[in-house]
Amino acid sequence: MVAERPDRERIVITGIGLAAPNGNSLDEFRQNLLAGRSGVRAYETRYFGKTVAGVCDFDELRYQRRKEVRRGTRAGGLAIYCAHEAIADAGLDWQNVDRSAIGIYIGVTEHGNVETENEIYQLKQYDYDTQFWSHHHNPRTVANNPAGEISLNLGITGPHYTLGAACAAGNAGIIQGVQMLRLGECDVALGGGVSESIHSFGIFASFNSQGALARHDDPTKASRPFDADRNGIVVAEGGCITVLERLSDARARDAKIYGEIVGHAMNSDATDFVNPDADRQAQCIRLALRRAELNPEDIDIVSTHATATTTGDVQESKALRQVWGGNGRTVFNNTKSFIGHAMGAAGVLELVGNLPAFSDGVCHATINLDRPDPECELPGLVANQPREVGPVNYILNNSFGMLGINSVVIVRRT
Amino acid sequence: MTADEIKLAIIDILSDIAPDEDISDLKEDVAFRDQLELDSMDFLDIVMELRKRYRIQIPEEEYTELASMSSTVKYLEPRMRDVKQ
Repeated sequence: MVAERPDRERIVITGIGLAAPNGNSLDEFRQNLLAGRSGVRAYETRYFGKTVAGVCDFDELRYQRRKEVRRGTRAGGLAIYCAHEAIADAGLDWQNVDRSAIGIYIGVTEHGNVETENEIYQLKQYDYDTQFWSHHHNPRTVANNPAGEISLNLGITGPHYTLGAACAAGNAGIIQGVQMLRLGECDVALGGGVSESIHSFGIFASFNSQGALARHDDPTKASRPFDADRNGIVVAEGGCITVLERLSDARARDAKIYGEIVGHAMNSDATDFVNPDADRQAQCIRLALRRAELNPEDIDIVSTHATATTTGDVQESKALRQVWGGNGRTVFNNTKSFIGHAMGAAGVLELVGNLPAFSDGVCHATINLDRPDPECELPGLVANQPREVGPVNYILNNSFGMLGINSVVIVRRT
Repeated sequence: MTADEIKLAIIDILSDIAPDEDISDLKEDVAFRDQLELDSMDFLDIVMELRKRYRIQIPEEEYTELASMSSTVKYLEPRMRDVKQ
């Protein structure tokens, strides 16, 4: 019962910090999404060789010393950058904020693969003699590492942990923040997700062996969700962290509010390790709508999850047609077509890139949609050029992952 | 390696471990910890780098010998006498 919730149980987004392959701030990211600028480029990685990837170029030394970068992980560095940017954007009075009342909830698809691969590569130079294995390996690979690095860097003493949720993790980080604020476990939540996956050769090699790694002569055209010529995922790195607060607290300090989280849901397919299940995805979307007391046609923009795999895009299209019926006013877009699949960061990056639509009334496009796949038929899909859709009141964000994990977040204009 | 060569080797290791700090005028008899921001993980890095670069094994109970530049060089000199650069 959203309308009846008191303001102290209504959770709003008051700050956003991000590092995407095509932008290091929300403004830059949004401009590039509207301009159709991809962040995918040629990339080469150990053992696997030449491929394409979404690569970030944020300034690692803006908020970290060289020593911290050396000791920590790329995921930690991304998380620290995004957390600083989000806190600054939220306008929190940092010197006077009670840092024991801040919770850090960071979604990750995986963590530790990069560090383990690096360590084994080093160890090979010493003929696998484990006395040369680094004492940094454990603190770098513990699953809470990216959230813990934020805590260390910013002196935040409230709870911190990551949420392992495959590619649904970005939404999961936000959902956890919402829930912890409602439970009174914290007064400010940093909720979001990060991914350092492009620094692991294994993720490329595994998708390749699965027949699900994108390839294209022009890297910017490699990520092609819903297109008949799609051939797989473009792996990307990235991060996005939101500052979440109770509406009552945000109003009390006259904070800028990006939107209110009015609905969310997570469920499981319980069918397959990798292949998604359209019925469970549709069920997850309907659950989020029901919790928000909304009908499908109330949603103005749906940010789709589609990753440009053969099966995944067909299944999500099917789920969306099940819920929306294919004839409504709702429009759909896809951010992975610009940046590739930022894994743990994907859900939250894809959500926040759409939030400016609340003020500009524009739905950014899905690019690289040259030959729409009939099996992915999706009336309302905004192809190649952004579309002015008028006042936007509700945005729904899908984020799904391996082992059949589904997540949906709905944000309302405030 | 001579004492001077060992000292240069330590400076090289420290410059990797403490990349934000100026180590050009380290006082030889003052503890590293009193001049640089080093914690226990950093000292383990020194031990690891000596092991990796020069195959020098330092028993845990002797880590305290690495407190300052002068104590480190004094400790390593007999152990690295036959090490070629």
